[in-house]
Amino acid sequence: MAPALVLKHVSKAFGTQSVLRDVSIEADAGEFIALVGPSGCGKSTLLRIAAGLERADAGEVSLAGVNVTDTRAADRDMAMVFQSYALYPHLTVRQNIALPLAMRRLSGFERLPMIGRITPSARAKHASIMADVERTAEALRITELLNRKPGEMSGGQRQRVALGRAIVRRPKAFLMDEPLSNLDAALRVHMRAEIVSLHRAAGVVTLYVTHDQEEALGMADRVAVMIGGRILQIASPEVIYTDPEHIDVASFIGSPKINLLPGKIVHGGRLFQAGRYLFSGFSGPERDVTIGIRPEHLFLSTEAHEDSIPLFLQRLEFLGSEVIAHLKNQNDGRALIARLEPDHASDVAGLKQLFASATDHELMVFETDGSRVRAAASVADGAASYAA
Amino acid sequence: MMTPSSTLVRLLRFGFLAVGAAIILFPYVFMISASLKPPEDVFSASLSLWPEHFSAYENYSKALTRIPMVRILLNGALVCTAIVVFQILFALPAAYALAKLRFPGRGVLFGLVMLGLLVPIHAISIPLYAAAQISGLLNTLAVLVIPFTLSVFAMFLFRQFIKAMPDELIHAARMDGLSEAAIVWRIILPNAWPAASAFAIFSVVAHWNDLYWPLITISKTQLATPPLGLLFFRSAEVGDDYGALMAATLIVTLPLVLFFLFAQKLFIEGVTMTGLKG
Amino acid sequence: MQPEGGKPRRLTRFDHREVRAALLLCAPTAVLMLALLVLPTLAVLGLSFTDAELGVPGFQFLGLGAYADLFTDRAFLRAFRNTAIYVALVAPASVVIGLVLALLIEAEVKGRAFFRSVYFLPVVSLTVAMASVWQYLMHPSFGPMNLVLQRFGLPSINWLGSSDNVLTSLALIGIWQALGFNLVLFLAGLTAINRDLYAAAEMDGVRSAWSRFWTVTWPMLGPTTLFVVTITMINAVKVFETVATLTQGGPSKASEVLLYTIYKEGFVYLHIGVASAMAVVFVAVLLVLLLVQTKVLEKQVHYA
Repeated sequence: MAPALVLKHVSKAFGTQSVLRDVSIEADAGEFIALVGPSGCGKSTLLRIAAGLERADAGEVSLAGVNVTDTRAADRDMAMVFQSYALYPHLTVRQNIALPLAMRRLSGFERLPMIGRITPSARAKHASIMADVERTAEALRITELLNRKPGEMSGGQRQRVALGRAIVRRPKAFLMDEPLSNLDAALRVHMRAEIVSLHRAAGVVTLYVTHDQEEALGMADRVAVMIGGRILQIASPEVIYTDPEHIDVASFIGSPKINLLPGKIVHGGRLFQAGRYLFSGFSGPERDVTIGIRPEHLFLSTEAHEDSIPLFLQRLEFLGSEVIAHLKNQNDGRALIARLEPDHASDVAGLKQLFASATDHELMVFETDGSRVRAAASVADGAASYAA
Repeated sequence: MMTPSSTLVRLLRFGFLAVGAAIILFPYVFMISASLKPPEDVFSASLSLWPEHFSAYENYSKALTRIPMVRILLNGALVCTAIVVFQILFALPAAYALAKLRFPGRGVLFGLVMLGLLVPIHAISIPLYAAAQISGLLNTLAVLVIPFTLSVFAMFLFRQFIKAMPDELIHAARMDGLSEAAIVWRIILPNAWPAASAFAIFSVVAHWNDLYWPLITISKTQLATPPLGLLFFRSAEVGDDYGALMAATLIVTLPLVLFFLFAQKLFIEGVTMTGLKG
Repeated sequence: MQPEGGKPRRLTRFDHREVRAALLLCAPTAVLMLALLVLPTLAVLGLSFTDAELGVPGFQFLGLGAYADLFTDRAFLRAFRNTAIYVALVAPASVVIGLVLALLIEAEVKGRAFFRSVYFLPVVSLTVAMASVWQYLMHPSFGPMNLVLQRFGLPSINWLGSSDNVLTSLALIGIWQALGFNLVLFLAGLTAINRDLYAAAEMDGVRSAWSRFWTVTWPMLGPTTLFVVTITMINAVKVFETVATLTQGGPSKASEVLLYTIYKEGFVYLHIGVASAMAVVFVAVLLVLLLVQTKVLEKQVHYA
């Protein structure tokens, strides 16, 4: 099956400022793709280019197998949900949701107030539009709001209306630009589930821009991580988290942030961290690398052993289901973070000095240019490689 | 605000404002009073406001018949309405383009708007008069409207107002399938309503009042606007028949004053927003 | 609009669909602008260098000499001076009184809306009509103003009939009319001041209303004041209706002002060359006022 929405080699610059550098995405029919990245990474611009609101300097956009690069936004048949909702302040909810249908189904004459409904066929069209609006309103449980204006509603209600305006006309694609960022935390979590189920029901390909990684990981089929105008990785949420291809992906995704330690690959492809040998299997010359360890993979113990790192415990942050330990490396003074089970945390609480270790296969090694490097046959047991 | 003022301070403040208000109202009071008096009462040099002999009927019927007063008021209303409608009709699309679209020549157009803000009609009235004469438009109601169909002030005001509207609103409209012209009339106009009504107030006050252009282009009493009509009335009136003159002034002043009294909020907001140009 | 063949690469900055829509939306206005603003302005500039007279065939090109003539023309110089005096009388008075009234109304709880409406009344009253009323009020023998003066045992004043008084009398009418306009603008400026600033000033030990005005109100009102001053001056420079109705520039040209002189030169004597040069000077005066405002505003950006 042809991909539903394709962005191919898209580039865009504002003046001399390059915002998008050769970005490509292929979304399958019904797929939910989240574009996540820090603010200013170009994700909103990419979405606007997909929508046809902005033109790319190079590259192309196609929708359902048709090249729409030169098609204007109004003719692309995509719907967009905006961060500010962008509801028409002068129209009621009913009129807001009906507007995209009216523009598509009615002729200019039929859109006129009063006299536009003079013919029976126009009346039938108006009735069908109203029926669609009612159905959408019911699905979103906003029927009782239909006669209100945007100014008289809460943020959550406006959000629903904005969604309604997008889904009512069954577009070929949904584009969402940080649709939840103006809501309070509790409502946001609730609306996440709601948008996902709306998406499932509609089965329409969706591009969802957010700066909130939890949203991206929790909602999307695939997550595209954008940093500095490039997509660094596009993969399932699980792969993005557990197997990042780039150091920036690893450090942007995950909270608390991944621990990064300086390391070295020496002759024979052996990896060292601060003089401790970890494992081998790397190729290439001798060079500096960075080692990443997720906070939950940092194992704390009260006793030192061979390749553990001596640490000072600075502070424990109790978060209920987990405890975050803020630590300091005794050797180089760098900060480290570990995520602990509450039970385990009570073992270490009150102690000053601790020792951290990690399982080799949970370490991620990155080159200085940020790319991931893997050991060919990672040898888990340090002692074994010593013997070799 | 901070500490409540003492009674004395409040009394002084109130007194000062009241005296000021009395001074402002002084002309209106004497206008109404004199419009009821016969010439003898006016000449009698008495400060009494209540006329000794009523001659309201004579004064007001003179005011209404010496010049075609009703016709003149209608001229004023017609000219002002036509001007406002055309001004908004022409200015709004251009203002939208200036505010939200990128196109070559935008800088030039905006520069011309600034030039227009600087140059009042008085300064360019000679070529405009010549053009009106050549095209045979002198002594028509059209000549009172045409030079004012372009309002650079409206363009400026609307541009500022539209610029402040969120881009997302326009993007949403484009996604919903509206053409740029449809965006102007279906989305921008309803949301620019505060600016449009403020501008309408400003425009009506300015053109209801304007004497300069009608004085130049209109010589027929039938076609006069209220200010010019009043001048015709004054010259038709021999001697100092102030009673009739005051009746006439009252009649031409009343429409706008009543409009103001019924829509004060609109006027005050209008002035605050359009204060840029008096 | 794009220079032919000049720099075609610049076009790529624009989206051609957007450009087409914009040009269509602007086209009617652009045509009007050309016909009603650009060409007339150029015509006035051109005429201003000549001695053209309406109905007289042929004219001489005088160049800058036309302006040199203007500044030796006693009638024009008098009109210029009279306008300056009129502005100097009307602008400061109507601004200061407008501000004081605005402060009083802002502080007074009772009758706010009433006072505001009363003071605003002259703004919406037909100028020509109210000028006629003032003519009656200022009538030398039976005008109520002189009657009031007599009541207090003061000598009568020949308000509009004496060349010494006429400008002051016209200025009085001008102040009476401009007051409400300025007051409303000042009221808007006052309401826009953040209340917390007054609280902060109180905490910092600002005690009297007087020092509160000078520490908070006046500086915060800076842009409004500048704006009101400029607009009042521009409106005063454009004084016409009262002069045309009441004095026609008299007595003995003591109330000849710029706009009335332009009107007479152009449309009564039909000296359109001279009138055009005067019109250019008139616009130059307005330009200077606006430039001064912009310059001062630039220095005060921190208030904005």
